[in-house]
Amino acid sequence: MTVGTKERVAAGIGENAPRPDGVAKLSGNFAYGSDLWIDGMLWGATLRSPYAHARLVELDITPAVVMSGVRAVLTQDDVPGRPTFGQVEPDQPVLCDGVARYWGEPVAIVAADDQETARAAVEAIIVEWEPLPPVTDPDQARAAGETYRDMVIRRGDADAAGSVVIEGEYETAIQDQAPLGPEAGLAIPDGSGGVDLHVTSQWIHIDHAQIIASLGMEPDDVRCHPVGIGGAFGAREDISLHIHVAMLALRTGRPVRIVYDRTESFAGHVKRHPARMRYRHEADDEGRLVKVTVDMVLDGGAYAHTSHAVLANASFFTVGPYKCDNVFVDAAVSRTNNPPAGAMRGFGAVQVCFAYESQMDRLAEVLGLHPLEVRRRNALGPGDPLATSGQIVEGSLPTLRVIDELESIPMPDAAIPDDPRRLPGGTGLTTPKDAVVRGVGFALGLKNLAFSEAFDDFSEVLLILTPAGLEIHTAAIEVGQGLVTICEQIARTVLGIEAVAWLSADTSQIGSAGSTSASRQTQMTGGAVYEAAVGLRDKILQQFGGDELTNDGVYDRGELVATLDAVTADGPIEQWVRYRHPPTEEPDEFGQGNPHAGFVVAAHRAVVDVDPELGLVRVVQIDTAQDVGKALNPQAIVGQLEGGIAQGVGFAIMEELIVEDGVILNPTFTDYLIPTLLDMPDVGSRLIEEPAHWGPFGAKGIGESPTISSTPAVVAAIRAATGRPLNRVPVRPQDIAGV
Amino acid sequence: MIVTFTINGEERSATVAGWESLLTVLRDNLGLAGSKNACEQGECGSCSVIVDGANLCSCLVMVGDCEGTTITTVEGIAHGSVLHPIQQAILDEGGVQCGFCTPGFVITAAHLFAANPNPDEEAMREAFSGNICRCTGYGALLRAFDRLAGDGT
Amino acid sequence: MDFLAAGDLSTALDARAEHPEAELLAGGTDLMVEVNLSYHRPAGVIAVRSCEELLEWEGRRIGAAVTWARLEDGPHRALAQLARTIGSPQIRAAGTLGGNVATASPAGDGLPWIAAIDAEIEVASQRRGTRIIAWDEFFVGVKETTLAPDEIITAILLPEHMPVSQEFAKVGVRNVMVIAMVNCVVARGEDGFRVALGSVAPVPIRAYRAEEMINAETSISDAALTEFARIVSDEVRPISDHRSTEAYRRHASGVLARRLVERCLAA
Repeated sequence: MTVGTKERVAAGIGENAPRPDGVAKLSGNFAYGSDLWIDGMLWGATLRSPYAHARLVELDITPAVVMSGVRAVLTQDDVPGRPTFGQVEPDQPVLCDGVARYWGEPVAIVAADDQETARAAVEAIIVEWEPLPPVTDPDQARAAGETYRDMVIRRGDADAAGSVVIEGEYETAIQDQAPLGPEAGLAIPDGSGGVDLHVTSQWIHIDHAQIIASLGMEPDDVRCHPVGIGGAFGAREDISLHIHVAMLALRTGRPVRIVYDRTESFAGHVKRHPARMRYRHEADDEGRLVKVTVDMVLDGGAYAHTSHAVLANASFFTVGPYKCDNVFVDAAVSRTNNPPAGAMRGFGAVQVCFAYESQMDRLAEVLGLHPLEVRRRNALGPGDPLATSGQIVEGSLPTLRVIDELESIPMPDAAIPDDPRRLPGGTGLTTPKDAVVRGVGFALGLKNLAFSEAFDDFSEVLLILTPAGLEIHTAAIEVGQGLVTICEQIARTVLGIEAVAWLSADTSQIGSAGSTSASRQTQMTGGAVYEAAVGLRDKILQQFGGDELTNDGVYDRGELVATLDAVTADGPIEQWVRYRHPPTEEPDEFGQGNPHAGFVVAAHRAVVDVDPELGLVRVVQIDTAQDVGKALNPQAIVGQLEGGIAQGVGFAIMEELIVEDGVILNPTFTDYLIPTLLDMPDVGSRLIEEPAHWGPFGAKGIGESPTISSTPAVVAAIRAATGRPLNRVPVRPQDIAGV
Repeated sequence: MIVTFTINGEERSATVAGWESLLTVLRDNLGLAGSKNACEQGECGSCSVIVDGANLCSCLVMVGDCEGTTITTVEGIAHGSVLHPIQQAILDEGGVQCGFCTPGFVITAAHLFAANPNPDEEAMREAFSGNICRCTGYGALLRAFDRLAGDGT
Repeated sequence: MDFLAAGDLSTALDARAEHPEAELLAGGTDLMVEVNLSYHRPAGVIAVRSCEELLEWEGRRIGAAVTWARLEDGPHRALAQLARTIGSPQIRAAGTLGGNVATASPAGDGLPWIAAIDAEIEVASQRRGTRIIAWDEFFVGVKETTLAPDEIITAILLPEHMPVSQEFAKVGVRNVMVIAMVNCVVARGEDGFRVALGSVAPVPIRAYRAEEMINAETSISDAALTEFARIVSDEVRPISDHRSTEAYRRHASGVLARRLVERCLAA
């Protein structure tokens, strides 16, 4: 064979490689959890508590059991193993244990020949409740000692004082992830006592551990398989119907499918924690932070889920990407009868960002500084101690650069638009042009990368090189963010091989990849792919005496010495890796230490048009400068930034689950409003590449950043337009109109 | 009752209860799961299908009312294995993330561009205002549609 | 009976007489939500969207099965404006004015227009033939009307003298596809302004006191408009619920009514 021109492999890192699942998704052929189907399957349905807090006085399943077509009706007594589940603290009953502690808590489950019969059977169950007074105030719960975790941060001098004091109280409401795909799954008995589960999930291994405990089964008896996910955003990090569908399949010996409808979905997954935050910032005359004192309570709802870690994040990021030597935080996450809270994109960093950025704006205003100037003066950078834990920032943290780059993005046309679709109120035609006031606001946000506080965080990947190309085997979950794409890109670039295929593995085939959350998969599973690819490449080069691997094969000083066919002539070549990020520590009792593996920073500028009299808002433009480490796929990053901003805009001005006495009043898409194309602003993005100190090619996870500071930027812009204090998100029309 | 209609050029029949939604029948009786069940109340557009020339939320169409209709679902848009230009543009611009809304956007785009090959941006924003996307923030989708409008496809 | 797709009115009326338990289906945008999310199972369905008589729209008679998509492009300005705010393009291709009237939701966007122009509801039954009902005798409560079980809404009848100008606006926190916190139509005719609002009472209402006040003004000053808005706010009877508060709805009612009067004056 002649020496070919070695060209850089196509669709490697830095390119906008297309999604491998794109064609199937565009053609309607991609299988989501709710699309799964197997002949002979039964349909499951769930009886839920109509109360947030009530004693189960009577539960008589007989009328359901005797119905024709009903194959199983199960209650808590039927849970074969541990009666509770939970990924940190197993405190939630698989099925109601005699007291319902939140609205929609599952009480009984049914499997029947068809969906109609299953639903009718749920209706037929006789259930009598004795309503109990629900605990709905997280402050009261905290005062009564009902907390999942309390955090204390004591750093610096309690007597330190600044010449400028800013005090504020802030509140964030409940945001729902509202993924479009509902919770769904199919359980298939394997014929030898075990079960295969295909359930929507962000982390099948953590599901698996909880499922086998409650089923009372050995690890090998249960296999959790990845399945197509219609969005996640944290909603799929905890168990929903997994154990139920498995119990029904094992009891009936037949495949069982459960698909939640939209109202069940709202009841059936954890929410973003609502928060109340009392802040006191003290600064010197130049606007440099001297001391920050915070007291906050998050509402964890009825069960623990990931509340421990959310509270830690809220506490450690309570000051934001700013330096401050004296920080005092008292924080708690309460147990109430409100909807259980858990993971949602931003994970504790969102709530405090709204508070600390509101404080920074007020500080700027008091000192007559530009909002970005006060942030510049306090910007946290590499080598600085994090204000809360004192951890020295390692690697990159381009706080000053995100500010500079943000300012370089052109502002929108200053003229108020003519088209009503561009005005507050939109097609509702509420607002004449001359009633519109424009405002501009800014915010920065800080987030940790991957899991913190000494968690053994890793991702396993197995690469197999065959004559047909490279296979990536992993249990990492693609939720839409594009992990499948960038892992393939990483492998192509390292190995020089174009034919790369992502092959999802179940829990029996490979170890955990960790959760698709915490902005971690690009660095963790991407890092595992990178490390495995390097290992595989070096092994091949060594074996065949080359110095470069390409699509053609192994080269040595420019000469092709072995084709890919020759390389794999003796069979596939494998490389397995368990990748870990740098170790993190448990903080001490005062929150001091090195709890984080790394940080990512972003900045947002929002331009809004407001109708102050009616309190309506049209977000005109949002610009963002994002610390990305290295842009592995710029198009995918921009997709994350724009999508995250949409959720941030939603949280700023419309997205709220309204809960009264623990009951969700708006569990539908008619009343839980998500921004449409007519609500979404134009977005300008700048990607800042300063390599991270770990992870593939220096890339950082950026999945959460865009939701964190976009919300406070929008609120700051509304404040700038109206002069209203706006200490709560979402901002409601009555808050702006002042009625 | 038995309902007969033409779906993606093929005559199909299904035994149904008249009150069932077209979406349910497509997904559960006819094996056409491309139309998605996200909200089932006409608030997200994920189940959009074209019925006798109208773009409808199939979750709100009673199947009993579909006798003799001609229906196009997302499965009927591509030409065999070759993506329709609308699908290709969405793919190229990065408009697919989780993909659950994607079939609805493909159908709405097919309906829009058939009626109006060169919509301006505001018209496009309004035409797609019934299709919720939770992942992309719409930017990539809008860029894809801009490109199509520019092409006059 | 399971399902009947009626091709003409007499077929529909016969079925309605014979099957009083059956439900009427027009665009399906309300009924199917009940089916999907409340697991409502109709004992029978009579579909009327293909009844020719209900699809006719001529002069003062708008057939009940005329869709929002058609109304959006129609000659009645406020009706076209409000039609454009109803749900999404997909909803507007299916949903009908008659369906909006039949559902009689307090937030129904078509209803303030009917109230503002003093339209009438034409209904028919097999036994009693056609009956014409004034709008304020038709809507009697939340999702409650005086339509008899054997009747079908056949048309909305417009008055002989239509307003010279008419304007609609609707407040919601989303810029499109949103249920109204308040919706409002102001019509200006020979006899002055008429002001109708929705989502602020169990039924669509007219702000008669405010109308009287503004129509007594010879030239409409800023102060008069302020007083007018105050009276509108006072006159509405909203509640607080998960969509808005009573106070905001009162406030927004006044603001919208005033702005729409200004728009009518500028027209």
